[in-house]
Amino acid sequence: MTTATLQDRKNRTAMLALLAAAGMLGLGYAAVPLYQLFCQVTGFGGTTQRATESEAAIAERIGQAAGGQQISIRFDATTAPGLGWTFKPEQVTDTVTIGQRDMAIYLAKNNSDRPVTGTATFNVEPEQAGAYFNKIQCFCFTEQTLQPGQEVRMPVLYFVDPKALEDPNMEGVEQITLSYTFHEAID
Amino acid sequence: MATTADNFQAHTDGHAHDADHKPGFFARWFMSTNHKDIGTLYLIFAIFAGIIGGAISGIMRMELAEPGIQYLQWWAEFMGGTADFDTSLHMWNVFITAHGLIMVFFMVMPAMIGGFGNWFVPLMIGAPDMAFPRMNNISFWLTVAGFLSLMFSLFVPGGTGPGAGVGWTVYAPLSTSGSTGPAVDFAIFSLHLAGAGSILGATNFITTIFNMRAPGMTLHKMPLFVWSVLVTAFLLLLALPVLAAAITMLITDRNFGTTFFDPAGGGDPVLYQHLFWFFGHPEVYIMILPGFGMVSQIVATFSRKPVFGYLGMAYAMVAIGVVGFIVWAHHMYTVGLDVNTKMYFTAATMVIAVPTGVKIFSWIATMWGGSIEFKSPMVWALGFIFLFTVGGVTGVYLANGGVDDVVHDTYFVVAHFHYVLSMGAVFSMFAGFYYWFPKMSGKMHSELLSHIHFWLFFIGVNVIFFPQHFLGLQGMPRRYPDYAEAYTYWNEISSLGYHIMAFSMVFFFINIIYAFVAGKKAEDNYWGEGATTLEWSLSSPPPFHQFSELPVIEDHHDHHDHIGDGKPATA
Repeated sequence: MTTATLQDRKNRTAMLALLAAAGMLGLGYAAVPLYQLFCQVTGFGGTTQRATESEAAIAERIGQAAGGQQISIRFDATTAPGLGWTFKPEQVTDTVTIGQRDMAIYLAKNNSDRPVTGTATFNVEPEQAGAYFNKIQCFCFTEQTLQPGQEVRMPVLYFVDPKALEDPNMEGVEQITLSYTFHEAID
Repeated sequence: MATTADNFQAHTDGHAHDADHKPGFFARWFMSTNHKDIGTLYLIFAIFAGIIGGAISGIMRMELAEPGIQYLQWWAEFMGGTADFDTSLHMWNVFITAHGLIMVFFMVMPAMIGGFGNWFVPLMIGAPDMAFPRMNNISFWLTVAGFLSLMFSLFVPGGTGPGAGVGWTVYAPLSTSGSTGPAVDFAIFSLHLAGAGSILGATNFITTIFNMRAPGMTLHKMPLFVWSVLVTAFLLLLALPVLAAAITMLITDRNFGTTFFDPAGGGDPVLYQHLFWFFGHPEVYIMILPGFGMVSQIVATFSRKPVFGYLGMAYAMVAIGVVGFIVWAHHMYTVGLDVNTKMYFTAATMVIAVPTGVKIFSWIATMWGGSIEFKSPMVWALGFIFLFTVGGVTGVYLANGGVDDVVHDTYFVVAHFHYVLSMGAVFSMFAGFYYWFPKMSGKMHSELLSHIHFWLFFIGVNVIFFPQHFLGLQGMPRRYPDYAEAYTYWNEISSLGYHIMAFSMVFFFINIIYAFVAGKKAEDNYWGEGATTLEWSLSSPPPFHQFSELPVIEDHHDHHDHIGDGKPATA
């Protein structure tokens, strides 16, 4: 073989190798949206689900058919350091029928002397309950702006999917903790 | 077979285009394109970085010799900070970060891949040089630049004090909102540079091995060291860009207002851990696979037998490399994974014990019935096999999600990964060093000094790390400079072991000096009839350019015996 073809083969191998490296770099970035999607779809790590009114109505009927079993919900609230808000649930626990929609109220007050826009992150414990915890409406879906000294009551409309009753991983789960953390929104 | 050496040497008579014609000092060592010179540079660099990384571990063992904070205030002032309590503790984080990064990126990787890989992959496959000699030079100097960037980071503000105190994993949010100041940026930049160097190096190895093997040397006749570097190069190529992506996100989170890992903007710090360990787990195999390759060559040489189960050995490395990409979350069992995820990662991790076991048993089977000589490389290789197996056993413990919940981030983990790296990888590097040092330098080292080095080092590292198993099981957490008094006893012993290990290194350096000053001239094949790969067909040291007439691997040659009748390709 001549030197030229050896050089060609070398260049081809090197290009393929560098392409593979560039592809992995791209996949590294693609991991960001894929990870988010993965968590949303599977409820991984206690990521809660979003549901519509009609889904809630179906869940309610299935829940009743399944015997109207009850479950305790615990509400938890935290703020990121430096936010300057008081943030707490109005009720610490609540008992709901599985499938039945329920409303919980959180209270937030801006103690600082400037308007603050906050955004809430959320998850549930135990983590396997994430796939069955559905929110129809939530203050965490949008950013919340509080004027200095302003106090608001913020509702969460949610239900626990009756499919949880068929999941062996949910056996023995008697309480689900819904947790929110308010951060100052970053634009 | 030593008589065949002349056949492979280009132009032994000294005219102007002599194979041994070398450029001047500056051009030869600073603008080098010769794979052997670059390999030498990598080895010198790795030894230098190893001294610094090893000295830092000495500072850590000194501090941990007794409970309380003894020396960190002094170091905080020395590095340009204040001697208050928080800065002192920050110094501890800086030391563990520097020790980890230096040993991984600037000692083990440059020595194994850059040093031994550059030197011996072309020699073993019968190639005149690497595929892209100038890219090879860039790889080396990028690594040096990365090291300088890391050293520089020690002297600039890193939040609580000087230096980057984020651990080698650089977890967010400590590395983003938790560490203001440029130190962490410089540390991350250091990883970018070293990573770029390694990706280029990996491309070079893959291209060389796929295109430049001597006529007749099929993939299934390549020496196992070449196989190990090939698999390692693929791991580098596929894992390092993911690290590059993750740490670039860290940089933009730190400086440009992105929120990849900040929940306030919709990010997730756990995503960083996933990305890091998707790189980090293959990285640990990157650090050990070339060692596997070297140990295979050495055990075969000193047993005077071809390695047992050659194909099994080669494909075991491929299997380890492939499975190494799908076990990353076993480093993150405590972040809140559900039971099913933990079960998968536990099972997948345990599967790796199978190809690893194939390798361990094949080395033993190679020795079985062999005519074993306990020369210096062989004792280090045997030390490797024993100690790596010990580290592997604790690895099987830790693979269990349930067990890891208990011992996560304790000294048990520290003991585990030092058994596989500080003993596994390092023993294989010393084995390779004593195996090939006379080939590289042309001078024989002292067998006596090598054996003293081995025994003292063997005792030293075991005294350091074995007690750390006990400390970990008793619950002593890693990454703290202080501990409850109940842990004093084994910490004292561990620090004592450091002194033994450090003392052993004196013999290593005396041995190198001895070799250059008074060492016998090395013959072409100083290990005798067990050494049958192509590097032994050349003089010691090999000519500046070799194989201008390519050696031919005949049909009757197997994967081990490449010299045989040794006709050049054109003959």
